Amino acid sequence: MIDQAMQSVLGWWQLLPGGWRLLLWNTGKILLVMIPLMLAVAYYTLAERKVIGFMQVRLGPNRVGYHGLLQPFADAIKLMFKEVILPTNADRFLFLSAPVLVLGPSLAAWVVIPFDEGLSIANIDAGLLYILAVSSVTVYGVILAGWASNSKYAFLGAMRSAAQMVAYEIAMGFALVGVLMISGSLNLGHIVHSQNGGILHWHLLPLLPLFFVYMISGIAETNRAPFDVVEGESEIVAGFHVEYSGITFAMFFLAEYANMILISALIAIMFLGGWLSPLQGIVPDSVFAIPVIGLLLGHGIHWLIFKTAFFMFNYLWFRATFPRYRYDQIMRLGWKVFLPITIVWLVIEGLAAYFKLPPWFN
Amino acid sequence: MSELHNYTLNFGPQHPAAHGVLRLILEMEGEVITRADPHIGLLHRGTEKLAESKPYNHSIGYMDRLDYVSMMCNEHAYVLAIEKLLGIDVPIRAQYIRVMFDEITRLLNHLLWLGAHGLDIGAMTMFIYCFREREQLMDVYEAVTGARMHATYYRPGGVYRDLPDQMPQYETTKWKSQQDIDYLNESRKGSVLDFIETFIDDFPNKVDEYETLLTDNRIWKQRTVDIGIVTPQQAMDWGFTGPMLRGSGVEWDLRKKQPYEVYARLDFDIPVGSNGDCYDRYLVRVEEMRQSARIIKQCIQWLKNNSGPVISNDHKVTPPNRETMKNDMEALIHHFKLFSEGYSVPAGEVYAAVEHPKGEFGIYLVSDGANKPYRMKIRAAGFAHLSAINEMVKGHMLADLVAVMGTMDIVFGEIDR
Repeated sequence: MIDQAMQSVLGWWQLLPGGWRLLLWNTGKILLVMIPLMLAVAYYTLAERKVIGFMQVRLGPNRVGYHGLLQPFADAIKLMFKEVILPTNADRFLFLSAPVLVLGPSLAAWVVIPFDEGLSIANIDAGLLYILAVSSVTVYGVILAGWASNSKYAFLGAMRSAAQMVAYEIAMGFALVGVLMISGSLNLGHIVHSQNGGILHWHLLPLLPLFFVYMISGIAETNRAPFDVVEGESEIVAGFHVEYSGITFAMFFLAEYANMILISALIAIMFLGGWLSPLQGIVPDSVFAIPVIGLLLGHGIHWLIFKTAFFMFNYLWFRATFPRYRYDQIMRLGWKVFLPITIVWLVIEGLAAYFKLPPWFN
Repeated sequence: MSELHNYTLNFGPQHPAAHGVLRLILEMEGEVITRADPHIGLLHRGTEKLAESKPYNHSIGYMDRLDYVSMMCNEHAYVLAIEKLLGIDVPIRAQYIRVMFDEITRLLNHLLWLGAHGLDIGAMTMFIYCFREREQLMDVYEAVTGARMHATYYRPGGVYRDLPDQMPQYETTKWKSQQDIDYLNESRKGSVLDFIETFIDDFPNKVDEYETLLTDNRIWKQRTVDIGIVTPQQAMDWGFTGPMLRGSGVEWDLRKKQPYEVYARLDFDIPVGSNGDCYDRYLVRVEEMRQSARIIKQCIQWLKNNSGPVISNDHKVTPPNRETMKNDMEALIHHFKLFSEGYSVPAGEVYAAVEHPKGEFGIYLVSDGANKPYRMKIRAAGFAHLSAINEMVKGHMLADLVAVMGTMDIVFGEIDR
């Protein structure tokens, strides 16, 4: 029965022209990434409210669904049905295109993320460069949003965003150069492979300063607390998206959370060995051969999810803990602290590579 | 190329950090503020004028609504002024109760200030932590007066009634199980004084918790140290009082310098700052919370060991006992006169001030001998503080304005009156 069904489906598949097959195949792959990602974003917002709620001795949302589990859908439906208000003096075209410019790149960057051995939408060799390029487009969306709103608060937010993203993009870029040097590849899959061989081989240890720089820059890059001056609710109300409502606001929101997850995943991939199991080299290899336990303990996508979730939790933890930096203090941190740290460490790394320091540079 | 101009930013009244209805017109050069022009009056309710048309007693409730986070301290200044004009004495137990509630109010105010200041600078967890403790103090207000905020508890000649012997307890609802209720009622088994005592014994630990989050936090320090510096001379010139003045290093506290009620009998310290910046004022207020806890503890000890009347028995001013009214003609007349036309106050003028959580809160009363004040003037601490905002924020950045406004602890109820 199943065989017959498969046969007929395969038959259909064979009949399709090549271009169609490619299109369908890629759309399927994109949907396979996008749907879980959107669900993750939805539940990340709930997790944020719950986690911060518990940190602040309160309960968080608990009315929609069991313990508030349907809250993200209630929020989404509410935002979709709200009116999109166009400010009188706003530039209509730019105002409406800005959220697209913000959301588009933050989703497009997921194309090159390897979830498991050979499991990514596109396995391109310049993956790291692609991510840098795509994620820097987001700034345009933010600046356009602030500019097109024709509001002073939004404008201040846009200016802050421009300065902040430029400053931290550089520190982030240099941190990535470190990753590139140690792994010898821009392909994210290869970067994970170069960390194969147990927890000691991960890039975390040799690149520890770069890891922290990247993690903190990532928070600044996504405009999250304590670097959320771009939104700075108590200073410039909501910054660049102060004039947005309804679905346009929801798009900024989605982009922000998708970016947070993306940065967390990138940290996991570049410094913590992506899908590689931390138990490799600690427990005997025979354990990995045991049917179910071996699957759980061995390499796999669940390790990537677990590592990503840890950094996602960090975002929430920081938000509940720290006061907000001032705009110029953020700049100072970016230019005067992070940039020198990364450059110095690149030199040290270069020396280590020259002297072939085991186990990372042999 | 056209000449570049400063641009003007309308900050408030609808702004998350405007602390009510402050409207600031900011002239900015990029992020730097060159001029801040506060516009007030959006919460003006004409309290001073209203008081002129009402018997003295009726205005006590208006006092709560001036600075609506330090309710009983406002009442205190008002009843002190009436008492001075009338020349009546307050029983010692009432004085202790007043002092205790003044300090509870100080805690209420400083907790709200700390929460709001933290929230302004982005430490949003502080807000909820502070409100957790505020809730308990609100319950004390409710147990004693029936109202959580606008208590109207103080009367010329004492306080409305003695502290109840039983702290109200939670009851089971369909939302809360018996287990939750037992947990909540654990500290509510005894009298109100017992409840306050358990709270105060634990309160310094709570203050430690707040300090863990903020005092040594690098970001908090970067945001508050050297922001909005006020020199001692400036502070005095601008009419600063309370923590704003003490933060600059001027040791001035009415509780010590012009002791009223029983403050002279109590043992407490006055914290002062050294640098006069937002961080010093933060430290001063946090230390004041600890000192308030000390004062409350001493009051509880005294109140537990001593009993007595809580309101003067001069029945021209205070209502007579309801029981005596039933068989005493004079008491009945007193009651009728008091609740119909109130009492007439000797002609004259008086100024009475208390050390309000925000500074010196004074009431200036002019009486022409009638049962209503001829004129009442309220001296609100926040007004003087807000007046200096331009000098304090000039040259700072927009984010610092928020820190400075938080440190001023402004409440528009008392500024606009």
